[in-house]
Amino acid sequence: MELLLSTLFLPLLGFIFLLFINREKVSYLKFFSLLFSIGTFVVSIFLFLKFDFNNPNFQFKIEQIWIPILDAGFRVGIDGVSILLVMLTTFISPITILSSFSSIETRQKEYYSLILLLQFAMTGVFVALDTFLFYIFWELVLIPMYFIIGLWGSKNRIYAAVKFFIYTVVGSLFMLVAIIWLGIYVGSNILQTPYGFTSNLILIREVLAVNSIPFTVEKWLFLAFALSFCIKVPLFPLHTWLPDAHTEAPTPGSVILAGILLKLGTYGLIRFNVELFTNSAIFYAPFFSILAVIGIIYGALVSAVQTDVKRLVAFSSVSHLGFVVLGIFSMTVEGMQGAIIQMVNHGLSTGMLFLAVGILYERRHTREMAEYGGIARPMPAFSVFFALAMLASVGLPGLNGFVGEFLTLLGAFKSPILNSWLYTIFAATGVIFAAVYLLTMFQKVVFGPITNPVNKNLKDINFREWSYLVPIVIFIVWIGVYPKFFLNYSEKTVKSIINKTYELKIAKPNPSPYFKDISVTNSFTK
Amino acid sequence: MLMELYLCLPLLTLSIGSVLLLVFDGMFKSKTFNFFLTILILLLSLVSCFVAIQYSFNAHLLDKSALITKGTLTFSGFVYFFDILFIVSALLTLFASREYIKTKFKELNEYYTLIVLATFGMTIISHSNNLVVLFLGIETMSLSFYVLAGYFRLSLESVESAVKYFLLGAFATGFLVYGMALIYGASKSLDFEAIEITLLNGETQITFFIVGITLLYIGLAFKIAAFPFHQWAPDVYSGAPTTVAGFMSTAGKSAAIFALFLVTKNFLHIDNPFVHLPKYISQIQLVLAIISAATMLVGNFIAIVQRNAKRMLAYSSVAHAGYLLMGLVANNPEGWNAIAFYSLSYLLMQLGAFVVLSINEKQDNDFNNFEDLQGYSKKHPFIAATMSIFMLSLAGIPPFAGFFAKYFIFLSAIKAGYLWLTIIAVVSSIISMYYYIGLILTMYFKDEKVELSPNIGFSFVTIILCLIGTLLLGFVPQYILDFTGTLLKQFTF
Repeated sequence: MELLLSTLFLPLLGFIFLLFINREKVSYLKFFSLLFSIGTFVVSIFLFLKFDFNNPNFQFKIEQIWIPILDAGFRVGIDGVSILLVMLTTFISPITILSSFSSIETRQKEYYSLILLLQFAMTGVFVALDTFLFYIFWELVLIPMYFIIGLWGSKNRIYAAVKFFIYTVVGSLFMLVAIIWLGIYVGSNILQTPYGFTSNLILIREVLAVNSIPFTVEKWLFLAFALSFCIKVPLFPLHTWLPDAHTEAPTPGSVILAGILLKLGTYGLIRFNVELFTNSAIFYAPFFSILAVIGIIYGALVSAVQTDVKRLVAFSSVSHLGFVVLGIFSMTVEGMQGAIIQMVNHGLSTGMLFLAVGILYERRHTREMAEYGGIARPMPAFSVFFALAMLASVGLPGLNGFVGEFLTLLGAFKSPILNSWLYTIFAATGVIFAAVYLLTMFQKVVFGPITNPVNKNLKDINFREWSYLVPIVIFIVWIGVYPKFFLNYSEKTVKSIINKTYELKIAKPNPSPYFKDISVTNSFTK
Repeated sequence: MLMELYLCLPLLTLSIGSVLLLVFDGMFKSKTFNFFLTILILLLSLVSCFVAIQYSFNAHLLDKSALITKGTLTFSGFVYFFDILFIVSALLTLFASREYIKTKFKELNEYYTLIVLATFGMTIISHSNNLVVLFLGIETMSLSFYVLAGYFRLSLESVESAVKYFLLGAFATGFLVYGMALIYGASKSLDFEAIEITLLNGETQITFFIVGITLLYIGLAFKIAAFPFHQWAPDVYSGAPTTVAGFMSTAGKSAAIFALFLVTKNFLHIDNPFVHLPKYISQIQLVLAIISAATMLVGNFIAIVQRNAKRMLAYSSVAHAGYLLMGLVANNPEGWNAIAFYSLSYLLMQLGAFVVLSINEKQDNDFNNFEDLQGYSKKHPFIAATMSIFMLSLAGIPPFAGFFAKYFIFLSAIKAGYLWLTIIAVVSSIISMYYYIGLILTMYFKDEKVELSPNIGFSFVTIILCLIGTLLLGFVPQYILDFTGTLLKQFTF
């Protein structure tokens, strides 16, 4: 219990602490922000070790009523879905702070405090078990990220920051209406709580598992939540904020954006859309899967024609997150397990790609592919790391990306709800395209003769850069070689979600036309 | 007898105080003395509000006919909450005013007197239980505002603002009085309770009553600057002294909303729908809902294109009137509670924002344009951060006060079945993000163009208090909600 609290609040403490440091003392700012984020990571390791992965329910639960009228409270806890994402957050944050030491040269005080605030908000989203608290954390993420893009970004930063903000707000406000509606429905129509309202997510889950909402209403709730989450993911037609935000954000901002922020959306899809509104999730699964597949292919094709390395990586995120959404809406154990591990993978490999691009950018101040070429000669160590990140992203067996993509494709293939292997076929082409654009990019940047004489004297990575790249590589290889260690953590929870889904569907008449197939292929969920 | 005295104490303190202020002005001609005396009077009335609240729990036991006020005033706790709100607003305005009016024009004691008088008018509105008393309150408040708006009598904008406000305000007052006259004719009484009783007994002449109440609504809609009677607001607010604009758009608006609330609660209460005109009630509710939706959409849309921060805030205050109206549309206890909470948080953030603008103003230039505020955060990080918090709160981003206010308002509207209105409110909130964020963007992301030297002085107190309030209401909204909730429970007429 204390572990979860300190994982959540240490960054906030750091944020407050940093406010009292003189802005001239930059080294103090760097040191203490790093200290707080590494401290959080250490605490979260204990959390990870004490987590009982045989228990599918929420653990480390804390309940403290905050606003009785809304039945809102400080309710937190983690289960198999969130533990890995919390770990990812605590792991990526110190790395981004380390990588900011050289890339952030102005207003360091604001920067480091905002990064810690951002970490607090993101962890909060993953652990909140209260719709009200969840919404607060969800919106709190926006403010620091808006400033990080807008203050330390590159040329078009203002446009990108505003676009990012407005896009996200559009979704989340509709989610707010859905949250209120849900609270009133459960609070006054079903339970008759004293104030006729509830924000208790665990209670809502329990209630909805027994009484489902009329389908005509449920689908609107589902769509309101899905809009908010799909903008964050981002799913295909809603993705246009992402390339701008990624390209204009400073390197550490991109790392956090790709590494953690996008996972807030996919996490929300599992936590709310699939778990609470299962009927609608089954009904809309084909629709969202089609969008995911379009995203996979579209992202890959657009990546292939980019000349800006960072923009290329940004579009590749659209493609990779497509796999995650496909895995979630396959509504199978494999698919969802794959989606969760793919979230972690994407955080690691794409985060590392962004770091690599950032390292190059700091040396040359350009991200145009044509400016580079043959940098393997001056920067051998860097090239190895870059290659690892690139191959992990492509999905080379033995590295992490393969595990996630394979599982999601398998899930989509076996899925009784999607009930078609066409999804898998089209999605699988995304893997091939990934190889095309990433390998081409790598070849253009790293191999070949040195065409640009400036590149001859580039310095290879220094100790600090080693220190944040090596840990990522460890995890990339670890997940690639022995994914069971991580998959174990989410397995029980995912199984219980999927089982509940099917039990519910079998016990009740289902509005979905896909109902008929479920009983046939239910065997693997046992 | 004594109890009635205690209950009237806030009103008495304010009215006697304002007369005393005029007397002392004539006697000593000391600005500092009057300034501090004003603060003292307001603080005293604040204390007397809390005293009165203690007595108000038994106020319903009083025999109205035996009172001096003869039931023309109400003394329920919920009313005192609004009194506190007005007085706090006046106090905050006062702290921010001194340096400001000295810089812009010159310090005159009438300014302080008028602020106290306006506050007195607002408290009369909130206590009124009779149409004539309501009218007196509205006029006392409005007359003070007309003069305050034209306080910078050498500045063209200020005079224009005052004249515009006065002419249109007088016109609206015509509607108000005519409406009251028709209601009086229709129900043979000015007393709220008596009007309600005749309605319930079916003795009212319905046609006149409906016309009367419509006119009353039009008059009050003008006072809160609701669409389509909002046109005056931007010109008046941007021409008036900034602190006065802050005062008018927060406390003045809350007072007018409270007047609307009194009318709506008494005559259109959902719990006792009149036997004879349920059709009209739902239609009036619907019209209110449409006005509310149109108000927030119009306010937010026009605010987007403003290049002057003061005008932007003026339009945003129009939009916020729309949100406040949502609570009236819901017309359930949650809605009333939400209005109280919204008014308080809106007061803190809006007044705070106006005061932040006011400290930059110089005699010859207002420095309120967006260009002037560019890169403001570099030299003045604290004020810029405070302003950003006000903006985020106005936009309704958690965890600040404005978010909770919107949350409760939306909650009450959804509970009353106005989902479509909530969705429009959400859409208009999204629109509003653009310009609130735009101001932050200007202050933080753009390079400095004009070097501003804020003249803080006493305004600092206001800014800090508004900031603390905005944060506290965000983190612990429960205390205020409990407070208003308990007060609301014994809200009987």
